Amino acid sequence: MSEPRPLISRSLVQLTLVRFRDFVRQPEAVFWTFGFPVLLALGLGLAFRSRGPEQASVAVLAGNGGNAAVEQIRSALAADSTLRVQVLDDSGAVRELRTGKIALVVIPAPSPRDGSVEYMYDPQRSESRTARLVVDQALQQAAGRTDPVRVKDRTITERGSRYIDFVIPGLLGMNLMGSGIWGIGFAIVDSRSKRLLKRLMATPMSRAEFLMSFLFSRLFFLVLEVLALVGFGALVFGVPLRGPLVDLGIICLVSALAFGALGLLIASRAKTIEGVSGLMNLVMLPMWIFSGVFFSSSNFPDVVQPLIKILPLTAAIDALRANMLEGTAISGLGAEMAIVSGWLVVSFFAALRLFRWR
Amino acid sequence: MTSPSALVLRGLRKSYGPVVAVDGLDLDVATGECFGLLGPNGAGKTTTIEICEGLLDKDSGDVEVLGMTWRNDARDLRQRLGIQLQDTQLTEKLTVVETLNLFRSFYRKGTPVGEVIDLVELGEKRNARIGSLSGGQKQRLAVACALVGDPELLFLDEPTTGLDPQSRRQLWRLIEEFRSTGRTILLTTHYMDEAEKLCDRVAIVDHGRVIALGTPDDLIGSIAATHPPPPPRQHAATLEDVFVAHTGRTLRDE
Repeated sequence: MSEPRPLISRSLVQLTLVRFRDFVRQPEAVFWTFGFPVLLALGLGLAFRSRGPEQASVAVLAGNGGNAAVEQIRSALAADSTLRVQVLDDSGAVRELRTGKIALVVIPAPSPRDGSVEYMYDPQRSESRTARLVVDQALQQAAGRTDPVRVKDRTITERGSRYIDFVIPGLLGMNLMGSGIWGIGFAIVDSRSKRLLKRLMATPMSRAEFLMSFLFSRLFFLVLEVLALVGFGALVFGVPLRGPLVDLGIICLVSALAFGALGLLIASRAKTIEGVSGLMNLVMLPMWIFSGVFFSSSNFPDVVQPLIKILPLTAAIDALRANMLEGTAISGLGAEMAIVSGWLVVSFFAALRLFRWR
Repeated sequence: MTSPSALVLRGLRKSYGPVVAVDGLDLDVATGECFGLLGPNGAGKTTTIEICEGLLDKDSGDVEVLGMTWRNDARDLRQRLGIQLQDTQLTEKLTVVETLNLFRSFYRKGTPVGEVIDLVELGEKRNARIGSLSGGQKQRLAVACALVGDPELLFLDEPTTGLDPQSRRQLWRLIEEFRSTGRTILLTTHYMDEAEKLCDRVAIVDHGRVIALGTPDDLIGSIAATHPPPPPRQHAATLEDVFVAHTGRTLRDE
């Protein structure tokens, strides 16, 4: 008497459609998932774009040694294309130096025949120390010094070593975490607090299908999220995609599932949106800070490195960076994938044990 | 009793910590009757009905629904019950027809969604989002969700609370129609006129026990001795009848 069961049941399709519709009909959720990461990438990409060789701003103090001496120093420095030179009076020079607008002030000797100069700068600022070297070399050469060793520069700019290249995989990881945890956690706690979960429990609905519908809709949006951010980075900033794209897809998939499972775990007991928001921030904040989204996690002390390494976001971002920037295949990312998969399995089974349907 | 019982409760108990919600409750609901569970707030009505619906675990006692128990036949039972809960908020971003399609998909057999929509008179709102519906429309949709699996036993927990007279009467017609097909209804209500109109029998529950049981007429008769009849009224109509006569029977949700 049992009719043939289709591969994907009608109720699973309906449940997935519900998730899909509920998401698409909240324009603000769509923006935070797709628009915001792209805008963030655009902003960071523009702010940290490579500008060619960095120019150092320096100043020559007016008045000392007479106008001719000042002008002689100024033109000697202006000949160097890596320096931007201006002539400032006493108070102007001090103010600009203090506010960091210029890196160094050249003070000519009071008497024109002396020929000596004085450099005023803060040795703690690296651009000031660089300016000190460049300015000194320019002045010495203008005065006739010749260098015993002949030097030729060969410069390279490597695609993949810019900040935007570093930050796009970071943003991708952060986005996978955010939409997995917020997307699944909020929807579940919202259903619970509105007693919808309880109402669904009063039907013959399969609980497994209910949870699967969240994963199915997550996977659909995952594709869009990854395409939006990676496509944007590649097309607008030329961020490299050196690794196999299939492997990149697998890394994204496993990470998204792991964060989805983590979202499920966070939402397994919470009864109110306020409660679950606090929990989510508690879980995500350390990863935003430590997992190397915006700067390398190696900046943190060695003692905490093992802890940072086992965070799911650290492993996900490390794997994404290795794939996109270094072209590492997934076979070379065993440790990272093991950590992410571990989080997936542990969170999922913990969530199933703890989950409250009412 | 001629027909087998749709619902049998024996010595049902349920406590929440030190608070005893249901305290040894017995009840028999016959197949095909509309049974009313009455009682003040906190009397244990909702706890009782949720145990019958398999949403709460009992502490002790026996519960038999359609001749089955939750322990052994939960899957089968879910297919055969229609349930409307007191405080469910359905997903606001979904439309009426999408919501009913979802609920319909859970049941092996059931009523076509279009028919259920007509039954609760939400035809004009079939593509409206739930967030835009009035209270009465939401309540009718909740009942529609309970009906879409073509249940043998319908649980309605305060289905008409907060509704205007038109919506209330529309739901009454719906309940009477359901009962006329020989199926069973267990409902709770705070409106005595509603119980009197709809229910074949009622049980009055307080402190988790049944303190009075019978047909509305019998129960009224049982206290007639201490309540002398009121001076004869010239009309059988109530003020609500006047309200409906003036404002019409058509549903008034914008």
